[in-house]
Amino acid sequence: MNATATSSLQPARDARQSAGRYSGWRLFLEGLTGQRGWPQAWAKATPRPRYRVVVVGGGGQGLATAYYLASEFGITDVAVVERGPIGLGNVGRNTTIIRSNYFRPENVRFYDYSLRLWAGLERRLNFNAMVSQRGTLNLFHTEAQRDLFTRRANQMRLLGVDAEAVSRGAVRALVPLVDLDNGRYPVLGGFLQRRGGTVRHDAVAWGYARAASAAGVDIIENREVTGIHRDGKRVIGVETTRGAIAADTVCLAVAGHSSHLAAMAGLRLPIESHVLQAFVTESVKPLLDVVLTYGAGHFYVSQSDRGGLVYGGAIDGYNSYAQRGTLPMAEEVAAAALTLMPALARLRVLRQWGGVVDMSMDGSPLISRTPLDGLILNGGWCYGGFKAIPAGGMATAHLIACGTPHPLAAHLALERFAAGRTVDERGLGPFPYAH
Amino acid sequence: MLRIPCPWCGLRDEIEFRYRGDATAIRPAGDGGVDAFFSYVYERDNRRDWHLEWWLHTGGCRRLLEIERHTLTHEIRSVRDSAEALSARPAAAR
Ligand SMILES: Cc1cc2nc3c(=O)[nH]c(=O)nc-3n(C[C@H](O)[C@H](O)[C@H](O)COP(=O)(O)OP(=O)(O)OC[C@H]3O[C@@H](n4cnc5c(N)ncnc54)[C@H](O)[C@@H]3O)c2cc1C
Ligand SMILES: [Zn+2]
Repeated sequence: MNATATSSLQPARDARQSAGRYSGWRLFLEGLTGQRGWPQAWAKATPRPRYRVVVVGGGGQGLATAYYLASEFGITDVAVVERGPIGLGNVGRNTTIIRSNYFRPENVRFYDYSLRLWAGLERRLNFNAMVSQRGTLNLFHTEAQRDLFTRRANQMRLLGVDAEAVSRGAVRALVPLVDLDNGRYPVLGGFLQRRGGTVRHDAVAWGYARAASAAGVDIIENREVTGIHRDGKRVIGVETTRGAIAADTVCLAVAGHSSHLAAMAGLRLPIESHVLQAFVTESVKPLLDVVLTYGAGHFYVSQSDRGGLVYGGAIDGYNSYAQRGTLPMAEEVAAAALTLMPALARLRVLRQWGGVVDMSMDGSPLISRTPLDGLILNGGWCYGGFKAIPAGGMATAHLIACGTPHPLAAHLALERFAAGRTVDERGLGPFPYAH
Repeated sequence: MLRIPCPWCGLRDEIEFRYRGDATAIRPAGDGGVDAFFSYVYERDNRRDWHLEWWLHTGGCRRLLEIERHTLTHEIRSVRDSAEALSARPAAAR
């Protein structure tokens, strides 16, 4: 839909591009000298006292915003300020699922734009992000649920997006380990989006960081933003643990910490922070080649290329910034896993972790201006902002560069709450702990 | 696992309770105006700090409790019955 989105990697803007292109040929040549010739992927920037744009938060959304500002809109006077090292936030904690199987038309269009950007991303960034469109399969267990999924599939197909309702037999063929006749929620069929899948999350952070740096963006790590400077109704920069940085535009892309940062500017947001956990088992031979979602039991799973089963469920359920999960949810998710796929009982869980997700009041994200001039918000991603990194970055860069919302993200503005135009996929109402 | 000291049932595991959200969001009077209602329904302090919140003891006394809990450490520093909590608030804020 956005023609500019398909342009190829931009030419080098400064000497940093000397990090060079990655290729099979280069890998072979470096192999001859013990792989010692690789320079660091992105430059350690020497921060300047002022930038045209300061992006707070070096997660996927912040890095993609900076990259598209430079590569798509020619704005290279940009710094990304990250309190830790790149990639330790949710971008490196999620379960890596990409899909566009939403119900609301504006959501389908936005997330499908992201899916199309994912499909060409590795070439564009010159980075192997292991984009794998292996298909996402949602199970249904009642006739009412089947009608709902069919309606959703029809809605998506009307918008030109792939979706299929598949039979019980087809589910058995796709995921033989599923106990279709389990006593809790016997499986009637599934809802398949073949273009959905997974992407290696760390590589997304590193790939965008490298490409943004090559395009002229300063990536400033280990520097926490501790305040937001205002001149009346205008934001003019940020305070950090190592001094102030002035900026014409400050963009918050801090995921679970959105309210905390907004409070520094005196704003309250329609957001609550909650913990979402994920788990990974020991590695086994291939046994699952789609992303499988069991909504009735709050369990979803995929198998990583390394062989581990990566799985998760619902949020822990009460406000938290703790970045670690609690045991009751770990148990609930494991119970759902075993109901659906009893064979998993033989596997050991290797690791478990949690991330702080910014649950918005309608379950949809915010890419928005704010009541303060010069302050842009990218947040409210809930548990689904990884898949939206390319589209979210593009739309946020568009908003910063053009001053007007990206046509596919206009519905994500803050004003929607007061105006009564919430984008509530599931019709749950303003109860983030229930989303 | 949170362990919540219910004033009626004693120290109980978190799984007996259901979270009911921010206890500082207070419904404005009927004629409070659109801004006040918008703020009540949608805006939250969402503090990385002490947080006042409602928990329903579904698996116990079924009373609604007002709990003060830290959102970073999960430490609980006060628990009281909602009746007591509400009577301590100014009438307009009940
Ligand atoms: C367990 C789990 C599973 C998930 N699974 C999926 C999934 O399968 N599919 C999907 O689409 N989404 C998923 N998500 C959601 C997704 O990970 C997030 O919505 C998305 O990563 C958020 O955007 P981000 O990458 O920019 O966030 P982050 O990577 O969290 O970036 C925000 C950054 O801001 C930094 N920051 C915070 N405060 C400050 C400050 N004061 N100063 C400077 N920097 C600061 C943080 O350190 C962090 O690096 C999952 C999330 C979790 C936790
Ligand atoms: Zn009780």
